[in-house]
Amino acid sequence: MDKLRVMVVDDEPGMRLGVKRVLRDLVIRMPEVDHPVGFEIEEYEDGKSALERIEYAPPDLLLLDHRLPDTTGMDILDQVRTSDDSDMLVIMITAYASIETALSAAKRGAYDFLAKPFTPDELTSAVRKAAGRLIVQREAKRLAEEKRQVRFQFISVLAHELKAPLNAVEGYLRLINDRSLGDDLGAYSEMIARSLVRVDGMRKLIFDLLDMTRIESGQKTRSFEEFDVRELAEEIVETYRMEAADRDIAIEMHADAPVPIIADRGEIKMVISNLVSNAVKYNRDGGRVDVTLRKPDDEIEIKVADTGIGIKPEDLDKLFGDFVRIRNPKTKDILGSGLGLSTVKKITTLYDGDVSVASEPDKGSTFTVILSAAPEKGEE
Amino acid sequence: MTKSKTVMIVDDDPDVLDQLRHVLEQAGYEVVSAGSDDEAEEMLLSVEPDVAILDLMMNHMDSGFVLARRLKKLHEDTPVILLTAVTSQTGISFDAPTEDARSWLPVDAMLDKPVRPEQVRNEVRRLLEEPPEAPGHGPPDH
Repeated sequence: MDKLRVMVVDDEPGMRLGVKRVLRDLVIRMPEVDHPVGFEIEEYEDGKSALERIEYAPPDLLLLDHRLPDTTGMDILDQVRTSDDSDMLVIMITAYASIETALSAAKRGAYDFLAKPFTPDELTSAVRKAAGRLIVQREAKRLAEEKRQVRFQFISVLAHELKAPLNAVEGYLRLINDRSLGDDLGAYSEMIARSLVRVDGMRKLIFDLLDMTRIESGQKTRSFEEFDVRELAEEIVETYRMEAADRDIAIEMHADAPVPIIADRGEIKMVISNLVSNAVKYNRDGGRVDVTLRKPDDEIEIKVADTGIGIKPEDLDKLFGDFVRIRNPKTKDILGSGLGLSTVKKITTLYDGDVSVASEPDKGSTFTVILSAAPEKGEE
Repeated sequence: MTKSKTVMIVDDDPDVLDQLRHVLEQAGYEVVSAGSDDEAEEMLLSVEPDVAILDLMMNHMDSGFVLARRLKKLHEDTPVILLTAVTSQTGISFDAPTEDARSWLPVDAMLDKPVRPEQVRNEVRRLLEEPPEAPGHGPPDH
């Protein structure tokens, strides 16, 4: 259990003891955090020792009596406010509940105000309120920081992925420029071919990146319409037929009936294209690709199975992450941006759906996408 | 002429491997290559290269570092050149400007990608304590 540190500054021992008894057993639960939060209490009877402690280790909550033997709560407020960059919250306690004192304390940065004598319930409720605010505030800060980190990491990897093909092409150009294989241009055809492949790969990366950011930003207006997934899938399969035929790979569609969906056509196209393209790319020559569509209840199931190189069990988990490319001797000559499957995953989430994979190395992989046939739209 | 020296190159980019191999073989070295840190580690059990050139960012941001440490454990005297493509673009800096910083790094030289052929040859030569390339002397004509 997390504990918030509460500091009580009051010259009356009875008051400090009372506060301690009430807060000692208080536990609060907030929907923002998954664990309960308790309190630990430190007591101080005068302003000087309290200030020293606050400067050294500011508590999370400060319960501050206005009237102290050596100073006033207001003076302490003034000093901690200037010396302190913690997010400590202050609850002022005073014997004479006057609106002036309350206002004056609020102006000096106190978060709340308790009038003596107060009941245990009043104390609990004030502490609850302050602690709740602290917790929500800290959680929001943590999430923002996490988001910033994720973004930074994404950009770092992106920069690396964009620079890699440039480096490769530059490397070949230098070798050609140095006439490292002599003056006959024919000797360089392999280097030139590889350079062109890398340029293609870079272009694909940029397109995939644009697709992905469009989906992530939610800025593109999604246009929902009713259409037949079978018809769309047939169109997509046709576009890959040539590439597949070159390597003697057969693509077959299995769908008994039309598969109507209400969705953004472009998004569903991205999902199916990515899966079919992968199924062809990572296949063996002479292999096959089966695209199966089904419509159980209000869902739509798209299954793309290949007879290709497959995926090792230990690689399955990371498969849907950004820029993940499984690198091994079998994949080294296959180009990919590492964004295709992560985009598929992002789109399926938009349709209350999911994507999963079953695979056996050297036998093949089957990707299954489940989508809701009539998703809630427009609420991003 | 003594037996030619062996240079190990490790990079997950097949084209970079291809280019390094080309440059080093033309300079007369024996080249062994690996396309991943795992592959390299396995290779190191049976091969003791005279120099190793490792890419920093492979499976992980710091694969090259980890590999360099393991390599030095197996073959203490093998000098390591680390190829980085990160310094200039991400603000992640692996620069080691002082003698002190270099002393704990398991590498003997760092080259920022993209590397020029002559840079690679010069670094390898320097680490093997071979005489520098004669000026104006390019690779042999075919």
